Amino acid sequence: MPEPGSRAPHPRTLVEKIWDDHVVSQDQGAPAVLAIDLHLVHEVTSPQAFTGLRERGLGVRRPGQTVATADHSIPTTGRGLPIVDQLAAAQVRQLEDNCRDFGIPLHGIGSPDQGIVHVIGPQLGLTQPGMTIVCGDSHTATHGAFGALAFGVGTSEVEMVLATQCLLQRRPRTCEVRVDGRLAPGVSAKDIILALIARIGVGGGTGHVFEYAGPAIRALTMDERMTICNMSIEGGARAGLIAPDDTTFEYLHGRRHVPQGADWEAAVERWRRLPTDAGAAFDRSITLDAGALEPMVTYGTNPGMGIGIGGRVPDPAESAEPAQRRALERALEYMALTPGQPILGQPVDVVFIGSCTNSRISDLRLAASVLRGRRVAEGVRVMVVPGSDEVKRQAEREGLADIFRAAGADWREAGCSMCIAMNGDQLAPGQYAVSTSNRNFEGRQGKGGRTFLASPLTAAATALAGAIADPRALPGLSGQAQVVVGGR
Amino acid sequence: MAEPFARFTSPVIPLPRENVDTDQVVPARYLKVTDKAGLADALFRDWRFTEAGALREPRFVLDLPGMAGRRILLAGDNFGAGSSREHAPWALTAWGIRAILSTGFADIFRANALKNGLLPIVVDAETHRRLFELVAADPELELTVDLEEQAVHLPGDEEISFEVDPFARQMLLAGTDELGYLLAKTTAFETWEVSHPPRVDTLAAR
Ligand code: SF4
Repeated sequence: MPEPGSRAPHPRTLVEKIWDDHVVSQDQGAPAVLAIDLHLVHEVTSPQAFTGLRERGLGVRRPGQTVATADHSIPTTGRGLPIVDQLAAAQVRQLEDNCRDFGIPLHGIGSPDQGIVHVIGPQLGLTQPGMTIVCGDSHTATHGAFGALAFGVGTSEVEMVLATQCLLQRRPRTCEVRVDGRLAPGVSAKDIILALIARIGVGGGTGHVFEYAGPAIRALTMDERMTICNMSIEGGARAGLIAPDDTTFEYLHGRRHVPQGADWEAAVERWRRLPTDAGAAFDRSITLDAGALEPMVTYGTNPGMGIGIGGRVPDPAESAEPAQRRALERALEYMALTPGQPILGQPVDVVFIGSCTNSRISDLRLAASVLRGRRVAEGVRVMVVPGSDEVKRQAEREGLADIFRAAGADWREAGCSMCIAMNGDQLAPGQYAVSTSNRNFEGRQGKGGRTFLASPLTAAATALAGAIADPRALPGLSGQAQVVVGGR
Repeated sequence: MAEPFARFTSPVIPLPRENVDTDQVVPARYLKVTDKAGLADALFRDWRFTEAGALREPRFVLDLPGMAGRRILLAGDNFGAGSSREHAPWALTAWGIRAILSTGFADIFRANALKNGLLPIVVDAETHRRLFELVAADPELELTVDLEEQAVHLPGDEEISFEVDPFARQMLLAGTDELGYLLAKTTAFETWEVSHPPRVDTLAAR
């Protein structure tokens, strides 16, 4: 096995080590040919790639390093029924045909391993430290939580990876995101990443790969680390990584696709050499203080338009830049919010708990800890959509599903659901939602729908109040949240 | 595969919005297609059409008289953020756009655009502002995009030079694509694989 980190000529970052280990060749002036260890495929961004392969008479070079699932456009209602949406049904059928024809394993509808692509990769132990991972999906950055270089690609690149197991890439610039301090009770990983994006803006990380570091990151569980890496793209960074440590190894140990026995020991040995060397240089660096954070919520139409939950909607008149002022005016018009209004107490119609950002078991536990023994507010539709079939089963075993149902929430099948609103789970025009997903773009959760992004705790507190609520204000909650959120 | 990217001249479509994300370029409900056809109608769908499918009034810039056939989009800062959907450049090129000018592009969008004969051109903030002023003063103003020279020519003798990845430029000018290049690296990949055995086997049943 190669030994990333051995005989290094100079101190290197985690990203540089993975990069160096995967360069197959590089011609003068051309991008590097980068080998891809794992390729994740889903129904929405792959059909045209398979068509391309057929047109050129090409096969899939390494089906054993490729895996597919159906997640984006599938219904999250009962799995026994046919898909009503003809286009979605055709797309899912085509994925099945393509996987069969090209020999790619598929965890489709009805498979116990089905789920959102970024939830099942880690769950199956396919996502491992030091790997290069791609998927035709911008939230592939999620897998960076394991110390893998994972990024989203377009459909042309999906075709290239299917055909060659390689991609052409320029070496990315690196940006260290250091998070010091310790999260306060009721504040969670989602709030760290929303605060970062609010600080740097949606283009702030363009051209860079983030490496999240610092004591606040080390203290996070794998689920929480995935939440942070997931939204790197919302800060403009194509990838976001966290160096592997004991937390990572504990999570992976014994999972289906990780090495076993002596191979496991050897793998851990190798993974321990991945973290950034002392003295390695980043192109940029950003520092955040976790202790100073409060729960975050967005008010506008991109993920950078976020404020602390105690804050007020900004006034466009106060922004000096004309372009910024126009953008803010447009956003507030779309959101139908008043400049200067407190965000707390803003009524909502829907609460969505799900998506590759926050649909893992620990997210559901947090939401359930708030909803246990309580009822959601009259007139508010609350949807809880697990990230995978396995998460769903576990939540049912733990009694979380019963808590959600008893509270009046809708407990659904696994999928992307209202994160992207392709499957009929959507907002009506003008409706407001608090959502644990990652994008609040115009119409993202349904044409004319208005999204506030927040953490599972904030979403659950909002479900009870029927209006944006601070989870820290709930009686008896803060102690519990402290144990679950910041308790390492 | 694609046609070689030739020099062309066109008037400009001004779209002074910042952070235009790919969900706006093509809303997600149009991603259920399994080919690339018909996406021109999905381009900026919700900014152009009402719920009932009629053109919005006032009209979105693409649907104003005289805009059809224009090939240059002058967009606000940071164009193409968000989803990796290649449907965004497919829809833009299906409508007829061949070059976009902005102060910046999201990474994945830029990569996708370059693979589809759509040239993202980064200009500095000052030039960007002035271009919007020039187009406002003369909506028929024509620009000439020359990838060979890496320059945008304005009427008169003025030109704006721009940077582009030299490899992507070569591919665009020749109308070839990266897949052919990668396929030619098969031997190098197989050599690499000898010292880097697969980390996972998704086909293994365990
Ligand atoms: S949950 Fe949302 S963001 Fe995540 S993969 Fe699905 S559609 Fe994309």
